[in-house]
Amino acid sequence: MTQATNTKAENTKPEQNKASKKPSKKKTINRGPGRRAQEARRQFLRSVALTVGVTSVSLAGFIPLKGHADTRLKMRPPGALTEKDFLASCIKCGQCVQVCPVNAIKLDDLDTGFGLGTPYIEAREQACDFSCDGLQCVLACPTGSLTHVLDYPKDTRMGIAKLDKPKICLAVAGKGFKGIARGPDYDGVLRYEDIDRWNPIPLKDHPYDVEICDLCVQACPIEQRYNQCQEGNYPSGDKNQCPPKRAIGLELIEEKNGVRHMKPVVYDGCVGCGVCEMICPTEQAAIVIDYNEVTKMPLSPEYLKKSEGHS
Amino acid sequence: MNRSLESLLQLLGRTPRKPKKDELSPEVQKIYFYKKGEKVTKAQLEALHDEHHKNSKNKWRKRRWLTLIAVNLLFVVSYYLDIQLLEGALTASRFMGFHMADLNSALQVMLAHKQVLINLMIGITTIFILWFILGGRTFCSWVCPYHLLAEWAEKVHLWLAARGLAKNYTFHRGVRTVFYIIFALLALLTGYTVYEFISPTGILSRALIYGPTLALAWVAFLLLFEIFLSRRAWCRYVCPIGITYGLVGIFSPVRVTYDMTDCKHEGDCRNVCLVPHVLDVTIKNRSTDVEIGIGADCTRCGLCVDACPTNSLNFEFKGLTHKSSKPEVERSLMPEKKEEQS
Repeated sequence: MTQATNTKAENTKPEQNKASKKPSKKKTINRGPGRRAQEARRQFLRSVALTVGVTSVSLAGFIPLKGHADTRLKMRPPGALTEKDFLASCIKCGQCVQVCPVNAIKLDDLDTGFGLGTPYIEAREQACDFSCDGLQCVLACPTGSLTHVLDYPKDTRMGIAKLDKPKICLAVAGKGFKGIARGPDYDGVLRYEDIDRWNPIPLKDHPYDVEICDLCVQACPIEQRYNQCQEGNYPSGDKNQCPPKRAIGLELIEEKNGVRHMKPVVYDGCVGCGVCEMICPTEQAAIVIDYNEVTKMPLSPEYLKKSEGHS
Repeated sequence: MNRSLESLLQLLGRTPRKPKKDELSPEVQKIYFYKKGEKVTKAQLEALHDEHHKNSKNKWRKRRWLTLIAVNLLFVVSYYLDIQLLEGALTASRFMGFHMADLNSALQVMLAHKQVLINLMIGITTIFILWFILGGRTFCSWVCPYHLLAEWAEKVHLWLAARGLAKNYTFHRGVRTVFYIIFALLALLTGYTVYEFISPTGILSRALIYGPTLALAWVAFLLLFEIFLSRRAWCRYVCPIGITYGLVGIFSPVRVTYDMTDCKHEGDCRNVCLVPHVLDVTIKNRSTDVEIGIGADCTRCGLCVDACPTNSLNFEFKGLTHKSSKPEVERSLMPEKKEEQS
């Protein structure tokens, strides 16, 4: 009953509706043709204002991307196309988020403009450790924003690791590490093949004790695969899983002043997964991923062959 | 075909026009003529209205809200329990592994990416067939989570408006078509899926599944705008998803049909309708045929079916529902019932 009276304006014919905004008060005066034309003009102006308003809000999505047309604001999941193509093709459904066994993928918010709803990885919080082997996020992607050409971790190009702060690196300082890598409050997980092949376990359940800190090298999924292959033990029984080159290693460096120390050195095999950044036990990560640069190592023949078929 | 074209034009913003007398079928003319003689008083109408609402159970609204909540909850539950029943969000998903893609999102993505994404084709086809059968904009009122919030906001709006605390500024409905073109062009020219940045459907669906985001502030703003300034503004005047699904539903077998025989033309249906122009035929002398299908802009929400005191509006599945399946008894009793009361 209330609805019927509330919306008296809606109840009348559309033309009358325009002509009489307050039908109860000035019904007879409002019905004049001049009044009707005036209301039509007002409605037109309001419609223009609405168009300008909503379009302007939608274009605000450009603001955070200013100067970043081709550069990434955040690390993207494996197989992500170049940033421009990625933003164009991602349908923002989050299926990649749902399939990731280590929950590394999150969805962007308003602050990244048109990136709203697109997936990213915050490696320091939880990196992609390829524990799914088969790149579930790539398989889940309905649009190929995470390219379906990608089959193996070795051909992933998420970025490249860089020793950002050598001064705080434990290895450089000649120090070892004993304890829980990221402290007891850290919730990140990693897969340890020797403990459980299928289920990642919390980092806090896996303490380390090393004379010289080499956690970044130990945890590196590419290094692990490389070593397995050297032993003839192919990951998932697939020889194609084998990385052609090493990704990271501790090297003895001799400075110009004759000081000798160990240092993590990133090799061409690095795909930028971010596990080194995640596990680095210093307050701030000494080693971080530059997700706007990738290795010079060429993609595998398998990848290139499949890529030809796709284009 | 002519009616489908008219339905399309109305979807795009045309105001329904009053048919000329010779356009009305002879049978309709006869009924309107008869109705002229049968004066219905305000008291009779109110009695009819009250009688109907005493018995009405809001059947369709209940079914619809239940469906809408169930579909959206299925996404959430599927993710939280990791049962992989319905993965993804409303923009694109997998139902038991089978691809589905929102038609509007898929369109935006393909325009921005300038590629026909083969991977999306299965999802697009599935969803196209699904909503073609179920009625196009049925998506809006039976699935879209923003629709439900907007429906609740509408109640607040009406309550406030009745007390002079809220306005209902109207816009030209054609503006939605303008938005449709603008967002298509923006996607094509900028290479970004610009509409997705402000789509309350996507924002809400993702927020439900993956947790709240700052983007919800935009949805809140839209709801406040609708509450205080313009009734159901987003769905009526902006949302391109509505046009996409409206186009899909033009030839859909599922629709609301109007039978003018017993209609009292009191307008209860238009009062509750999200898109009242589709019910223009329920105004006296506007229906050209005794039975007429409601146009493509209709979201098949069923509010009018629930509201109609004379059973003149009903859901129809073309080819499955027959005229005889309508409650004949009720129909013929209606006017008598009313006379008894008066």
